[in-house]
Order: sequence, then C-alpha cells, then structure tokens
Amino acid sequence: MATVPLEHSLILAAALFVLGMAGVLARRNVVFVLMSLEIMLNAAGLAFVAAGSRWAQPDGQAMFIFILAMAAAEVSVGLALVLLLYRRFKTLDVDAASKMRG
Amino acid sequence: MLELLWLVPALPFAGFAALALFGRRLPRNATAAVGAGSVGLSTAAAGLVAFRFIAWPPPGEAWTQVLWSWIRTDGFASQVALYLDALSVVMMLVVTVVSFLILLYSVQYMAGEEGYSRYFCYMDLFVGSMLTLVLAGNLLLLYLGWEGVGLCSYLLIGFWYTDPANGRAARKAFLVTRVGDTAMLAGFLLLFTSLGTSQIQEILSLASSRWPPGSATAVAAAALLLGGALGKSAQLPLQVWLPDAMAGPTPVSALIHAATMVTAGVYLIARTHVLFALAPAVQTAVAVIGAATLLYAGLAALAQSDIKRVLAYSTISQVGYMFLALGVGAWSAAIFHFVTHAFFKSLLFLAAGVVILRLGHERNMLKMGGLRRALPGAFAAFLIGSASLSALPIVTAGFYSKDLILYEAWSSPAGGRWLWTAGLVGAFLTSVYAFRMVFLTFFGEMRQRPVERHGSCMAVSLAVLSVLSVAAGLIQLPETLGNAPVLTHFLRTALPPSGAAPAPAAMQAMLQIVAGAVSLAGIWAAYLLFLRRPEHAQDWLRTRASLAVYRLWQAGWGFDWLYDRAFVRPFLRLARANRADFIDGFAEAVARANIALHGALSQTQTGRVRWYAMGIAVGAVVVIALVVFT
Amino acid sequence: MNLAFYISAAVAVVATLMVITRANAVHALLYLIVSLLAVAVVFYMLGAPFVAALEVLIYAGAVMVLFIFAIMLLNLGPATVRQEREWLRPRVWAGPALLAVILLAEVVYIVGPGRGPAQELPTVGARKVGAALFGPYLVGVGLASLVLLAALVGAYHLGRRERPSGRGGA
Repeated sequence: MATVPLEHSLILAAALFVLGMAGVLARRNVVFVLMSLEIMLNAAGLAFVAAGSRWAQPDGQAMFIFILAMAAAEVSVGLALVLLLYRRFKTLDVDAASKMRG
Repeated sequence: MLELLWLVPALPFAGFAALALFGRRLPRNATAAVGAGSVGLSTAAAGLVAFRFIAWPPPGEAWTQVLWSWIRTDGFASQVALYLDALSVVMMLVVTVVSFLILLYSVQYMAGEEGYSRYFCYMDLFVGSMLTLVLAGNLLLLYLGWEGVGLCSYLLIGFWYTDPANGRAARKAFLVTRVGDTAMLAGFLLLFTSLGTSQIQEILSLASSRWPPGSATAVAAAALLLGGALGKSAQLPLQVWLPDAMAGPTPVSALIHAATMVTAGVYLIARTHVLFALAPAVQTAVAVIGAATLLYAGLAALAQSDIKRVLAYSTISQVGYMFLALGVGAWSAAIFHFVTHAFFKSLLFLAAGVVILRLGHERNMLKMGGLRRALPGAFAAFLIGSASLSALPIVTAGFYSKDLILYEAWSSPAGGRWLWTAGLVGAFLTSVYAFRMVFLTFFGEMRQRPVERHGSCMAVSLAVLSVLSVAAGLIQLPETLGNAPVLTHFLRTALPPSGAAPAPAAMQAMLQIVAGAVSLAGIWAAYLLFLRRPEHAQDWLRTRASLAVYRLWQAGWGFDWLYDRAFVRPFLRLARANRADFIDGFAEAVARANIALHGALSQTQTGRVRWYAMGIAVGAVVVIALVVFT
Repeated sequence: MNLAFYISAAVAVVATLMVITRANAVHALLYLIVSLLAVAVVFYMLGAPFVAALEVLIYAGAVMVLFIFAIMLLNLGPATVRQEREWLRPRVWAGPALLAVILLAEVVYIVGPGRGPAQELPTVGARKVGAALFGPYLVGVGLASLVLLAALVGAYHLGRRERPSGRGGA
C-alpha cells in the first residue's frame, strides 16, 4: 500500500502530542483540558500503530486497542469528576480546585 | 578481720539508700535507728579493723582491699579499692567516732524539725562519702568521695530550703569549693597522664623516682592539688564560704564544717606528701598560707557576734594550723591536731547547739548571757572545748597538738622563726576569742531565759567528746611531759618525720612554757576585756579608725566584697549581655533557614493541576534533553 | 498514495490546533472529531484498517459523544464563551507554546531523518490483530476489561446525585 517512512509518522504523532500538551497547559476550562488529554492519548496510539506497521506486526494495533480502552475508561471517570467539580465549585475553572495548596 | 574494711563505708551508704527509699514512711524512731545506727555499726567495724591492724600489722604496714573493677578500657583502668595504712586507720577512726556521736546528738537536736529522715539520709551519704575519701586507694575513688562530701555539704547547708538565704549560702559553698575542685581534678589528670596510673601509692613511688625535686611537673601537680585542698579546707583565698555555711543545722556545722570535710584538704596533702616534698616551693606556700589564714581568721573571729560564725572562723584558723604543720613537713603533727580539733571543735559546736536550741534558735551572743547556771551541762562542755581550743597547758588535748605544731615550726628545716611567731600570735588570738565566747554567753547578766529541757542523747555525746577533748592528748606526749609519742610512732609508717633535729629538752620545755604562757595570757585578756571591764572594750571601739577595723574584721576582711566586685558582677554582666544567647543563635539560624526553605518550597505547591502538569512537561523536556544530548 | 497520508496529517494537525484554541466547547469537540477522522485515515494508510475502524467507532463515536453529553449536562452557554475568551489571552500561550516547540524539536532530533528507502507497508488485518489479542496479549485484554469495569463503577458512584438529606457525596 503506502510507503510512508516511520519517521514521518512518528513526527506526526509527536506534533499531535505536543499540541495536546500545550492545550492541557494553557486551557483553564476543565472540559478542554480533558479534550487535550484525549488528543495526547490519540497521538500516543498513533505512534504505536506506526511502529507496529513498520514491522508488519499486529502488536502495535493491539497496544492501540488497549490505549483506546484505557482512554474510554479515563474519559468516563474524568467527566464524572467534571460534573462533581461543577456541582461543588459552581465553576469549570480547573484552578478553583486548589485546596492542596501549600 | 581486715576484710571487714569494706563495711566501714558501705554501712552508711546502706543507711542512705534505705532512708532515701523508705525514709518518709518510717516512724521517727526507726529513722533515727537506721540513720545513726548504720554509722554506729560502721564505727564498730572500724574499731575491729583498727584493732586488727594495730595488734597484728599486715606486711608492709599497708593493706589493700580490691572490691571490684570499676572502669576497664584501653589505656585506663580503675578499681574500687580501699587502702588501709596507719594514716587511713587514724582518719577512719576519727571520722566514724565523731560522726556517730554527732548523729546521736542529732537524734534529739533535730527531733522537732521537718525533714527528719531527709537529714539522716544526707548525713549517712556524707559519712559514707567521707569514708570513701579517706579509704580510697586511687585518685578517682578519692575524687568520688570528694565530690560526694561536697554534694552533701550543699544539701545540708541548704537543709532548710524554704529560706532562700540558705540556698544562697549552699550555692556559695558549692561554687567556691568547685573552684578548688577543678584545680584538683586538673592535678589528678596531670598526675595520671604523666605517670600513667591512678593508684596513689604507685603515683607516689613513681613520682619520687622519676621527678627531680623542684621539677616543673611536680610543682604544677602539687600546686593544683593545693588548690583543691584550699577550696575544701576553706583557707585563703577560698575561705569565704565557710562562715556562710553556718546557715545549716548545728550538727551539720559540727560534722561537716568542723570535724571532717574541711579537713579533707589536710588529708589530701598528707596522703600525697611525697609530691609536696618534691616541690619545696609549693610546700612553703602551704605553710605561708596556713600562717596567714590562721592570723586572718583569728582576727575575724574576734569581731563576730554570731556564735556559730566565731566557731566557723575558728575552724578556718585551726585548719590553718594544720596547713602550717604540713608546710613545715610535720605531717604527723598536722594529723594529730586534726584529731584533737575534731574532738574539741565538734564539742564546741554541739554545746553551742544546746544553747541555741534552748534559747529558741537564738545565735547572737550579744543577746545571751549568764547561762552558766541555767545550762550547766552545756556550760561545762563549752568550757572544756574552749579550753582545749585555747590549748590550756597540760590538761587539754589541744595543748599537746598545738605545741607539737609550734615546736615543729620552730625546729623543722622547712620551718622558721616567722612561722613560729605567727603560730604564737595566733594562739594568743585563739584564747582571746574562745574565752570571749565563754564570757559573753555564760557570764554576765542573763538577757534571755532558756526554755524546754532536752533528753539524754545530747548529753551523752557532749560527755564523750568532753572526755576525748581532754584525753586525746595522751596519745602523743612530748619528751618533756611523759615522752609517749604514740601517734607519731604509729604514723611513721605512712608519714615520714619532718626532719627536725631533735632539740635538747631544755629548748623543748622553753617552747612549751612560752606556748602555755601565751595561751593563759589570752584567757586573762579575754577575762579583762569581756568580763571585768567590758566598758574598756566598748571604749576601744569609740574611735572611727578602730570601728572601721572592727567592721572590716567582722566582714571577713572584705573578701566577699572583693569577690563580688571582681568575679560575680562581671559574670552577671556578661550573662545579661548574652541574654539572647548567641550560641543558641546558630541552632536557631539553622531552624530559621529550614523554615525559610520550607516556605520557599511550599510556594511551588500551588494546588493547581495545570501547574503540576507544567512541572511534568518541563521535567520531561529536561530529562529527554539530558538523555539525548549527553 | 503517500500524498493522502500527508494531506490527512496536515488536516489532523490543523484540526487539533483549532481544538485547543476554540472558546466554544462544542466547536472544539467538532474539530476534535475531524482530527480523529483524519488520524483514522492515517491508520488506514499505514496498513491498519482494523484500528482505523475502531478509531472512528469508539474514539470518535463513543468517547466524543460522551463529551458532548457531558457538555450538555453542564449547560455551558454564552457566558462560558465569554469567560473562555477572557481566559485565552495570548499571553497564556507563551509558556506552553515554548515547551511544545522544544519537545517537538527534541523528538524530531531523536527520530532523525529517514534512513534508507521506505518499505512497503503491508496490511495487517483484523484477523491477525484478533489472534494477537487472544494469544500473547490475553492478560492485557483481561486487565483492560477490569479497567473498564472499574471506570464504570467509579463513574457511576462519582456521578450520583447527592441525596436531599445531605449524605453521600464525592
């Protein structure tokens, strides 16, 4: 099929990962933080799949499935926490939950 | 039977332990029985040991009983070992007998006091420590006893601790003797490091074989030991604590500050006489200090109105005589005077105690008077004691011991005319102040009536000590008066003679007559000044100059004032300046730095998720960079 | 064929960029879906049709829908948008952008330029993946199921409404 060098896929994955990281660091709304987290997970999965396809093994895809399952679990719990946060602090500002300060 | 030696110090310690643990719960009788009885048993044991030693002397005239090994390390070992020789026997007997008599007396004297068991507990501890001191075979054990008696002195001076003045007196005693103790410890360490052993006899033999006379080490060691002796024996310049120590109960003053503890310095010098013989300069210093002190204290005693303070200065003066004897090389004479002094000084204190108690704790002689009919027993005892103190010729023990000292001062190669003269003047002063006490207290008009009778225990002690104050002279009769030098002969195995060329009998008799005449002259002078024409004494104090001198003598020649200005005030100023405690500041600086660091670091704990995420991201970047680029 | 790869890659990057910079949550989500679809195309290009399908089905289909549900529950309206605009000053992007660039540079450096000619990327089908999952990765599958169970229970518990009596809670 295609003949994409592994390096290019990895650079794409890195770019997506880095963008997700910037989103996590820069956004204050907790929903957006979770979204950026999803981006990062997706990028990691992309890296796995690219590596797996380079060697023509299913291992990369198997890892991607695990990552997917884990991401789904994380999203569900994360959104439940977002709801709780909203109920408790009446705001979606992630900086509001800073009781662990000091 | 010599094996019983360990019982002699052990029994009082056992009494101390029993009273410390159970004293509060015991009834008075039991406390007295344990307290005085333990010392009584110790006296009996001492008597048995002494009898065995005298009748069948062990080989070498010395015997050591090793009890157990105390410290054993590389380079230093010390045992708990008791050393018995002629000197130890004499000291042991005197300490136990006098202690027992005084404790017997205290059974009734302290009967009305709170803290009865505490008193006997401390006294037992004292007796045990003093016996440890005199029986110690090595310097460390001696130092243990030394410190023990110092502690008990502090505890007993401040016995009535609810009055802060007593506490101050106790602290003063402790601090001043501590100055001497430090010097003594330095001396011990010097001896140990240069000779490698702490056994006293080994030290003496090694020192005499290794150190030439007058060598620097010998002089240093002897001088440091002298410092310790000065502190404990209340000689110039460390004598300021003894008059104030009279704040304690009278039996305490009798035992600790008259008969035993203050003579610990004399014992120390006598025990280590070899070192002093190797350092003639220091030995001369001993004699000079002794002579100066006896004159100083004699004059000060003349101006005191508290009867116990007179006796305190008298003690300082008589110990000065002992130092004078030691300084001229008459070691046995010093010990002889120690024996007689223990008897008559404690007799005086105990008799004064009866007077004080019967007058409701009144100590000022100027408020006493005419008590000889009201207190006949006390009067008799006090008279005998004062006579012995004044060295009344022939009939009193004090005469023989003081005469021996004066004779040695005259004829010993280390002695001299000036020292003899000082001793003679001192004898005159002694008679004057001693009989001043007698006349002011027991003669004249009665200013205060005595109350309450007391029982027989006190009378027994007074009687026994009176007999001893008279009869003790018989153990050392000079050539001209019976020629029975029993004591010096007995002690020769431990203490060498002074090297005085035996003077012709006529010379000896002359010296004795002079001494006796001086003593009688003093009594006559006291009679004139204080009984016949007391107005004369008052007239002498009219002028400004003589009043100033009188005040000076009364204040102990201003030593307290001097020490206060020279040491106490600068020290207090320094303490106040260091109130913020700059050394503590270092520790606090560490703590403060820690807290500051903590504050700085806890700023990084913002509690914000994004901050932590940023931390992770930066960390990842840095670690990857490190891995990739190095 | 490779061109499709590079176009999808570009779309993914641009869409992701839009995701992280939008003020409206739903807009961002939609851009995210676009990004995920682009990545699915990339998977297909790499010879992994199975995970491409999975990406669309689960990631874009289930997870994103979950997000949308949550946003609906939170009832984020225009006020939120205004707030987001407030929070998204350009100054905020300075640090993260710097870190992102440095990290990207590092990874590019590590990965380096391509060595040698690119090889053919054969297709690794669903059958092979399934065999791998039921074979060597069986334990992993079990664990993944446990994780999902845990997430289920946790989400249920955390999402419970508090009882009016005041008991129960976070």
